[in-house]
Amino acid sequence: MEISPKEVEYLAQLCRLELTPEELKLFAPQIKEILSYVEILKSAPTHNTPPTTHVLSLANVYREDQIRPSLDTEKALANAPAREGPFFKVPKVIDAS
Amino acid sequence: MSRQTADSAVVIGLEVHLQLNTATKIFCGCPTRFGAPPNSQVCPVCLGFPGVLPVLNRQVLRYGIRVALGLNCSIQPKIVFHRKNYFYPDLPKAFQISQYDLPLGSSGFVDLENKKVRINRVHMEEDAGKLIHKEGEPASLVDYNRCGIPLLEIVSEPDLCSPEEAYAYLKTLKGILQYLEVSDCDMEKGSLRCDANVSLRPQPDVLGAKVEIKNLNSFKAVARSLSYEIRRQGEILEEGGRVVQETRLWDDVKGVTQGMRSKEFAHDYRYFPEPDLVPFSVSTEEVEAVRAALPELPAQRARRFMAAYGLPPADARQLTAEKATADYFEQCVKALPAPVENKRGKVFANWIVSDISREINERGLENIQALGFPPSSLIELIGLVESGAISGKMAKEVFIESLASKKSPAAVVAAKGMSQVTDRQAIREAALAVIQEQPKAAEDFRNGKAQALMFMVGQLMKKTKGAASPAISQEILKELLGGENS
Ligand SMILES: [Zn+2]
Repeated sequence: MEISPKEVEYLAQLCRLELTPEELKLFAPQIKEILSYVEILKSAPTHNTPPTTHVLSLANVYREDQIRPSLDTEKALANAPAREGPFFKVPKVIDAS
Repeated sequence: MSRQTADSAVVIGLEVHLQLNTATKIFCGCPTRFGAPPNSQVCPVCLGFPGVLPVLNRQVLRYGIRVALGLNCSIQPKIVFHRKNYFYPDLPKAFQISQYDLPLGSSGFVDLENKKVRINRVHMEEDAGKLIHKEGEPASLVDYNRCGIPLLEIVSEPDLCSPEEAYAYLKTLKGILQYLEVSDCDMEKGSLRCDANVSLRPQPDVLGAKVEIKNLNSFKAVARSLSYEIRRQGEILEEGGRVVQETRLWDDVKGVTQGMRSKEFAHDYRYFPEPDLVPFSVSTEEVEAVRAALPELPAQRARRFMAAYGLPPADARQLTAEKATADYFEQCVKALPAPVENKRGKVFANWIVSDISREINERGLENIQALGFPPSSLIELIGLVESGAISGKMAKEVFIESLASKKSPAAVVAAKGMSQVTDRQAIREAALAVIQEQPKAAEDFRNGKAQALMFMVGQLMKKTKGAASPAISQEILKELLGGENS
């Protein structure tokens, strides 16, 4: 499987990583190598094995619908990079036109 | 093969999000109270702090099963949650815990008057926070109180062919959801939300590009936006163009949809199983217990009303579509001395589906309770007609006046000095005048034309401004006219 710098760029965008053109070129063959290593797993016979979503043998872990104390607003906002009154403040993302 | 008509060319599917009215959020113990101060109902779990573990609220699963069964779905015996990854500041974790290939319910249906609409799936997920975009500033404010409130996503198959059908589906669905009592279903508070998918087949057997419409704040907006999109896409196809698959936002003021030029909405969700939530198995016993506890739903209730009160199907349907309306009707008839004859049941049903519904619609009210005319008032009003104190025509006036003045019907009648003229002498005088003014009708009646009498009763009512008792009027006219019909 070939991985182009363009695909790395798309992946980086999804991950919110800013990569330089040099880095894109550097990572493309590395990602290819990782993927081809994982490819080996494909050779395992799995048609009779149900897909595994979890490795723990636990199931059915619930809580009842009972209120527990929330964080104080000041505490919740304490580590926010930016705030305005009781709100978190973030860069605008939407671009409707 | 299917004929290409404007209707069959339209393919609509709807996605409804329903907030469940649990006390706490889906994966943490934060309360779900609406209207709380910003960021006062948040905790490390719903804020997505590192190292926290979500734990499923059992009530969400119960409510989910209830809704899925109410929509005739089959229940998935093994439930798994997935992470739906997308980057948007309303989700502090940058993923939403949702369901993917093993949804709670699947393959259900909703019956409309003339159509069965298939339900593709019902699944559980968490709601996102609320963003407030700052005008003229490159910043948004976020309130995470809503983040983690339990949602059910209800996805229809693309079985709807017109905006009217989409509207009817939403009305019917909302009715069922209200009966299930798992949500307040209030669109204004956002506890019921809808996105629409619409495409036009360029040729009968070719699927068109699907456009998703968001920002729909009412059922009317859904219908209007679909009409707009159908026209817009139709024009593109007519000119030989191609419709672009995209998400568009509805602008309710301008009445148009507008494309979103944002890469952030590229649909590449990279679903994978949520490792922090172990699987859930739903036993047959649990499903059957929820099924046994299902309330009577609109269709069943309509059938019962038809059987018990002899209501025509259309009235029974209208009466039961909203739970509040059906409850109102039952409160009325239950207050009457038993047994309630069909005729009396019908009188109440008629008032509710005509005059009362009209006022609710004209005032744009949420439901019958908001009208401020309780069952006791309707019973009083109909009682006044039945006792002969006022005429049916006057009753309509009393109803409007009672709504305006917030006085009971009896108080309105007393205050306005309204009462039906049952004074035989007064009616006789009016009747004589009518006979004099309408010699042709009088002649017709004497010659055996029975309908002529109804015309004359109508004239008499007009003369007395609806105050004369129709029964006495008829009796006196007959008496005065003699003739073969008397
Ligand atoms: Zn929380």
